Amino acid sequence: MRKQIGMGAAFVATAALLAACSSDPEPAATTSSSPEETTEAPAGEGVTLTVWTDAEREGALATAAEQFEADTGATVELVQKNFEDLRNDFIAQVPTGEGPDITVGAHDWLGALVTAGVVNTLDLGDKAADFQQVAVDAMTYDGQLYGLPYSTEAIALIQNVDLVGDTAPTTWDEMIQMSNDAGFEDRPFILFTNGTAGDGYSAYPLQTSFGAPVFVQDDTGSYTSEVGMGGEAGEAFAQFLYDNGQAGSGIFSDTIDYDTSNELFSTGESPFILQGPWMPFFDGGEMNLKVSAFPSAGGEPGAPFVGVQGFYLSSQSENTLLANEFLVNYMATEDAQRTLYEADPRLPALSALAEEFSSDPITAGFVESASQGVPMPSIPEMGDVWDLWNAAEIQIITGATDDPVGTWNTMVTELEGRIGG
Amino acid sequence: MTVETGAPRQDPQQPGSQRAESHARSWRGLGWGFIAKLLLMALVNALGLSIILSAINAEAWGILAASTALLVIADVVYFMKRTLPLKYIYPGLVFLAVFQVFTLAYTGYVAFTNYGTGHAGSMEQAVDAAMIQDERRVEDSPSYPLAIVQNGDELGFAIVDEEGFVEVGTAEDPLEPVDGGAVGENGAPSEVPGWEIVSRAQLFSDPDLQQDVIDIRVPVSDDAEDGSLRTRDGSTAAIYTSSLEWDPEAQTLTDTETGVVYEASDTGNFVAEDGSQLPTGWVVTVGFDNFVRAVTDTTLSGPLLKVTLWTFAFAILTVLTSFGLGLLFAIIYNDPRIRARRTLRTLFILPYAFPAFMSALLWRGMFNREFGIINDWFFFGADINWLGDPWLAKFAVLWVNLWLSYPYWFLVCTGALQALPGETMEAAKVDGAGRWRQFRSITLPMLMVSTAPLAIASFAFNFNNFTIIYMLTEGGPPFPGTSGLGSTDILISAIYNISGVAGGTADYGLASALSIVVFVVVGVISAIAFRQTRKLEEI
Repeated sequence: MRKQIGMGAAFVATAALLAACSSDPEPAATTSSSPEETTEAPAGEGVTLTVWTDAEREGALATAAEQFEADTGATVELVQKNFEDLRNDFIAQVPTGEGPDITVGAHDWLGALVTAGVVNTLDLGDKAADFQQVAVDAMTYDGQLYGLPYSTEAIALIQNVDLVGDTAPTTWDEMIQMSNDAGFEDRPFILFTNGTAGDGYSAYPLQTSFGAPVFVQDDTGSYTSEVGMGGEAGEAFAQFLYDNGQAGSGIFSDTIDYDTSNELFSTGESPFILQGPWMPFFDGGEMNLKVSAFPSAGGEPGAPFVGVQGFYLSSQSENTLLANEFLVNYMATEDAQRTLYEADPRLPALSALAEEFSSDPITAGFVESASQGVPMPSIPEMGDVWDLWNAAEIQIITGATDDPVGTWNTMVTELEGRIGG
Repeated sequence: MTVETGAPRQDPQQPGSQRAESHARSWRGLGWGFIAKLLLMALVNALGLSIILSAINAEAWGILAASTALLVIADVVYFMKRTLPLKYIYPGLVFLAVFQVFTLAYTGYVAFTNYGTGHAGSMEQAVDAAMIQDERRVEDSPSYPLAIVQNGDELGFAIVDEEGFVEVGTAEDPLEPVDGGAVGENGAPSEVPGWEIVSRAQLFSDPDLQQDVIDIRVPVSDDAEDGSLRTRDGSTAAIYTSSLEWDPEAQTLTDTETGVVYEASDTGNFVAEDGSQLPTGWVVTVGFDNFVRAVTDTTLSGPLLKVTLWTFAFAILTVLTSFGLGLLFAIIYNDPRIRARRTLRTLFILPYAFPAFMSALLWRGMFNREFGIINDWFFFGADINWLGDPWLAKFAVLWVNLWLSYPYWFLVCTGALQALPGETMEAAKVDGAGRWRQFRSITLPMLMVSTAPLAIASFAFNFNNFTIIYMLTEGGPPFPGTSGLGSTDILISAIYNISGVAGGTADYGLASALSIVVFVVVGVISAIAFRQTRKLEEI
């Protein structure tokens, strides 16, 4: 070890990465390579890696980049952008040569990034096994890994223990019964609809419990462009939405946006809500909450969409080697991933961290929900789905149509037409 | 030269006043004006040079040419004495060229291309992407700790094989075991006879070498199907295979495994004979396709027609209602009998002072069917679906926009009323005209002279008033039949939706084409309207 202290920082990095092997070094090798290394200063000087990030991750990235900068001498320049803008800016700027080397992104952008040809493949090698399968799968497109995952997220059933106790319901009917017994007939459950816009994402666990996925998955789990929402399963779901919408029991309404859902649940107006870990009522830990997988309404498990965030590498990067080094040998490490978690607590994609943080029952609940979820489709066809899907659902919920099945089938037909053409 | 362009000549207060004098007489040393000019021009030149330098760095030749030209012209204009008029109009011209002409021309260019998510770069980049997507790691390939070796200009990879032998290879020569190699503590070769090992420090300091290392593929054997070694980080390598081959002459990509040939098509994709295509395309010009699509695509044209009608209705009604209300209040609060007029007027302007998007968001909450205070306070808790019903939503949009924009007209009309000549009104009174007659025959026509151009500007602004639609209703409620557009969408928000920028699959070509149509419509209407307003002045 004494010898290593005197070595150049670049070599220390290499040595540290391979510390496992250092127990039985071959003397000849060490002497032959180390004098050469010691004479050189850290080296990637003048090379700048540009990384696009959003505000939440900027601090964590800066911390993780410090070690990398010290080891390689390269500079990591962080450019902060709105998360929503990252995708289109990346697609627009990478081909012009003005794009970054690396960007933060969501996995469901992948289809668009691949068709635009702006994203490079990534090889995590043995490290891939350290990550949760669903996270790696989500970052995989057509059999190739394109991104380094670092967090996953999914919505789950959140219940107010003070109002309905801490038994998690297993079916929809059971949940409504619990609410009614506790005196919440008016508002037994809160479904976020993004106001009058509709939100298929939030209603997806309900939909999948009827067995009507947006797109059919093939044997390997990859999404095909075959729409799976049609047929009897989809029709049953449409009828369910209608029956519990404004024309029926009135559980669902088009008045629930982000603020109202937060307000209603945190003031105890309703004991159950289907939402994600980003809701403000988790802050402060003042509410007595239980998080669990969503109870089934249609018989099958209620699978939410799992979203994965990660890092993408530009296909036109001029520093591909350093960028790979940064992602694979620095950002994929447990330390870096922990820093990211601390900066923005989302479910970690790294299995070891996910397990570690699952000692917290809230996190465990979300992990449980995510484990029965499916990756949000990243195929470009998904871009065509949202508008049609959200619109159809909100029309059924408000009772604007008195033919839910017909409306639903029209939507499916139009969607198939759009995707086919 | 500096002497000749003495300070007085630059003084905008008195251009030309010095002309009669001879230069010798006009010479009063370097005046403050000249020093100020010199400093300003130094700043301009510094800015111009920095733009030129970064353009060279970024190899952006178009920007380089344009910025050099603009800078040279600026220097000529401001250091020559003959170019006096240009000294005044040049800054305006530059801004016009950069912010108006260029933007318009570029939008026009994009409208004739298929620029969008699947067609973002050049054909070369599409080939790059196809190669990247095609190259796959051999499934059971281990990761080899790697030493990058150099022999003169030749670059090679050295690894340690399963039996512990050091093997070395280059792009041309497949991996071969060598004698006398040594293995380092990280598992990579530390000594390769005949080759010099490239240290990581050396590698990181040489971007060209990094690129070479990334690009090189070292075949593992003579049989190409066994694949080649490739590294991504310079410290480990794995075996990859690729089946696509690029033929730059014929512009085809051939899948060597299946024999399928992908040809470059007119639409900017690599298409095989059976119609299958590679995911990544490139930008090509498509003529009038985008314009034709907006009209002929049945899922688009129907809703677009409704949206167009509503856009006109929205813009016209907004101008009429807010002008009417603003004028009414202006007349009322212009009456000298009212006390505290100044305070009241200030309060009237408040909605105008708030940022429009904030107001729209607040109104959105207030219009909420279940929790909004509008239903709760003014309709006895009735269940009126303001933003969910097509007609009520239209009304709500108009109402909020009225609230937002009447203070502007109140302001404008108050000013215009106070500028009306008092004697004309006096004369009308003497002639026995009633209040209504006075208003209709004198006040209104005279007001229109000064406010009509503003009304046209307001129409043009509201025609493209994206903020209020996006913040208040997001275009909703959606049309039945699900086209992605909604009852309160105006053209500009419809373009935003259709282009798919929000959904992630952008079609900038179509969006640009539609924007140009909107631009032409607004332009034509404004031109006609301005022509009409000239008649007003003939009263």
